[in-house]
Amino acid sequence: MTAATVPHLAARTGPDAVALAGQVARAVAAPAASHVDRNSRFPSEAIAALREARLMSALVPVRYGGLGCSIVQVAEICDVLGQHCTNTAMVYAMHQIQVAVLARHAGSSPFFERLMRDLVERQLLLASATSEVEVGGDVRRSICAVERRGDDVQLRKQAPVISYGEHADAILVTARRHPDAAASDQVLVVAPTDASRTTLTRTSGWDALGLRGTCSSGYVLETRVPASHILADAYDDISAHTMLPVSHVLWSSLWLGLATDAVSRARAFVRDAAKRKPGTMPPGAVRLAEAVGVLQTMRAAVTHAANAFDAIYEDRDALSSMGFALRMNGLKVQSATLAVQIVSQALSICGIAGYKTDTKYSVERHLRDAYSAGIQINNDRVLGASATMLLVHREDA
Amino acid sequence: MLSERIRAIVGEHGRLAVAVSELNDDASLYQAGLTSHASVNLMLAIEEAFGIEFPERLLRRRTFESISSIAAAVRELTPLGFAA
Repeated sequence: MTAATVPHLAARTGPDAVALAGQVARAVAAPAASHVDRNSRFPSEAIAALREARLMSALVPVRYGGLGCSIVQVAEICDVLGQHCTNTAMVYAMHQIQVAVLARHAGSSPFFERLMRDLVERQLLLASATSEVEVGGDVRRSICAVERRGDDVQLRKQAPVISYGEHADAILVTARRHPDAAASDQVLVVAPTDASRTTLTRTSGWDALGLRGTCSSGYVLETRVPASHILADAYDDISAHTMLPVSHVLWSSLWLGLATDAVSRARAFVRDAAKRKPGTMPPGAVRLAEAVGVLQTMRAAVTHAANAFDAIYEDRDALSSMGFALRMNGLKVQSATLAVQIVSQALSICGIAGYKTDTKYSVERHLRDAYSAGIQINNDRVLGASATMLLVHREDA
Repeated sequence: MLSERIRAIVGEHGRLAVAVSELNDDASLYQAGLTSHASVNLMLAIEEAFGIEFPERLLRRRTFESISSIAAAVRELTPLGFAA
């Protein structure tokens, strides 16, 4: 089945997919955003709507029936979702990162061919288990290892975080290649979450400052799957070529959406103040002009990086260069920092109306969510990696 | 011999999970436990030892995949006869 034989799918690629995501964001994600946040619950209605719109397979190539969207288009989807519900946007982004990984690194075995079609036909939701107790956020090292059991492999991982793990259809898990492998010699394993294959034992909850709807609890994950569930490529390539750049571009895009909505609220506040006292410039107006300028800078950085990534998306050699890794790391740190800065500016413009949770100018959820940007994958860890590369990298940034 | 000099530097700076003597010249250093951080220290040590500077086009994972790939890069950057 290709898009050519399914006209309604072909018609939904490109800007149409982004427009469709906008409709879902406004009609379904936005009305539920506050309830999702307050109750720290999964944004189930928005994800169901994205499934119905067949947007979960946006990054699945057309030859499998997917939309075959570019990274730029999916980044725009994350932006528009982020403008209405950061939790929905983050779940969607994390899922698309896994889809991008499968589309590029899984190989062409019957199992993975089937999985790609299931991503389209069943609109599967994929989660990720990369961090591990003891190694923490250093996702390029694993303690757990894949062990052979006949034609199967099994592994047991103590994961401090598996976002929306209990809502996913499958989890992509990093582990050492075999019990004697070095910590950095990792593979990626697809663990379907049905109870016959995988058990998740919750070890910690998720009652956090922000991004409360991502349900990022900790688990012991135990799975036994056929050896065919191991992705063909080694994790170091998966990480450098796809996982890191797609993550940084999509996350930056949803933070951009978050910042954009905060500025919209500040703009509405200033405009309403101006209407109440015609002829008088409201006190926050100058601050608004300043915030809009920072937002423009952020938007330029994010869209430029997304386009640059798209331009070399198929060039594995360019993707593995230090210059590219430095650029993506820079994007991540800058957009995480700017998101907090812009939302803080919006808060000072809206004042007490922004500080309160129950006004239309409220940006308190925005601020709490924005702080996750520099924490989940800590900016200092990313800067540390860049600092190491800059010891040998000589080209001007 | 070039690969022996590189082998010694890899042993000193690579922080591998196995002894460098157990690896042949084409074995993957990444599978042997070479991390991104250690690979940068390895690059610096090789630049220092051979008096070379890796240009941007060689600053990628493939260059440091194995002892033989490092040797190929060093040969490319070294005046004829010096490192052979």
